[in-house]
Amino acid sequence: MKTIKVSVVTPDGPVYEADVEMVSAKAQSGELGVLPGHIPMVAPLEIGAVRLKKGNATELVAVSGGFLEVRPDRVTILAQAAERAENIDVARAKAAKERAERRLQAKQDDIDHKRAELALRRAINRLNVANRNF
Amino acid sequence: MGASLRDIKARINTTKKTSQITKAMEMVSASKLNRAEHNARSFTPYMEKIQEVVASVALGSNDASHPMLVKRPVKKTGYLVITSDRGLAGAYNSNVLRTVFQTIQERHRSTEEYAIIAIGRVGLNFFKRRNIPVALHITGLPDQPTFADIKEIANKTVNMFADGTFDELYMFYNHFVSAIQQDVTEKKLLPLTDLASEKKLTTYEFEPSQEEILEVLLPQYAESLIYGALLDAKASEHAARMTAMKNATDNAKELIRTLTLSYNRARQAAITQEITEIVAGANALQ
Repeated sequence: MKTIKVSVVTPDGPVYEADVEMVSAKAQSGELGVLPGHIPMVAPLEIGAVRLKKGNATELVAVSGGFLEVRPDRVTILAQAAERAENIDVARAKAAKERAERRLQAKQDDIDHKRAELALRRAINRLNVANRNF
Repeated sequence: MGASLRDIKARINTTKKTSQITKAMEMVSASKLNRAEHNARSFTPYMEKIQEVVASVALGSNDASHPMLVKRPVKKTGYLVITSDRGLAGAYNSNVLRTVFQTIQERHRSTEEYAIIAIGRVGLNFFKRRNIPVALHITGLPDQPTFADIKEIANKTVNMFADGTFDELYMFYNHFVSAIQQDVTEKKLLPLTDLASEKKLTTYEFEPSQEEILEVLLPQYAESLIYGALLDAKASEHAARMTAMKNATDNAKELIRTLTLSYNRARQAAITQEITEIVAGANALQ
């Protein structure tokens, strides 16, 4: 099986680096699957999970937005925050989720509301990835 | 002999204690500098990659334009200034603040024309005291900041350019050259005009479109430039503090040396005087 090199990079350092058979991610225009030999492409990502298929196993990485850069032999995901499923701090994500929910309930101006909504989506995404809820 | 023996002894002791503290601070800063350099290194792959992609996307075709790439008439300028929260770092803060202050005096006549975004308490207090408008500020950043720590202020700063509050944005910080040299740097953050890359540009397919990708890519790029500057400044801060503390320790050692010398002289003088008195007393009895 042909493989493609994948790296997930954040400002705090690389998060994931491996050769995989397929990368799928949730781009803003919809689900996106990348196989080895793909033409060069750039696509912005949604807050969601990146699935990396390697043999029979599928690994999950939670990303908070960012974008995906594809070249024939490698895929780079640049996100402001990303964690592998096993590295997610579930307690912290739960706390963040509750905090965001409380903020959403308290009526605030638009910007704060939008920010809380994004925080909530990131927290839910982390919890889903940690529980392999995909 | 001016000071008494006991006074000199006390001064030697306090100087020794001070030098122990400065020595400890020097070593703490050295290890923090080590970690700061490590942080800067782990940030490099992200920065290089995003730079490469931004250059490819923005320069790839000329018909793509985005407000962040276009110069516009300047009505208001933003200055992002990175200082530390604490002093004891030599000229680290004063160098940056002096440069910013001079720049502002040269370029602007009224406070309407500019505002400061202050990172670090020293800078914030400096501008507040001088009644210089501070639009945003953040203090209490950890010594090893993560991207999450400044995401909010970076985001707001970039948004202030996007919504037209500022028409251009500059960053002022200490650029880390080496452990003994840090240079005050002025860097234009927005609009992004300096996008040239030495790497070969790649032609990409865009999903969905070039405009929408720039919409996501450019703010993220600008925010990472801010984070990069912060990491650079933090490394400089630890280096400056290390050097300042090393100088303080050296000065304390020198002071202890001169004090010990005058202590010994005073002691010798006291002994000589005692002997003279005894001899004089004995002579008087004869």
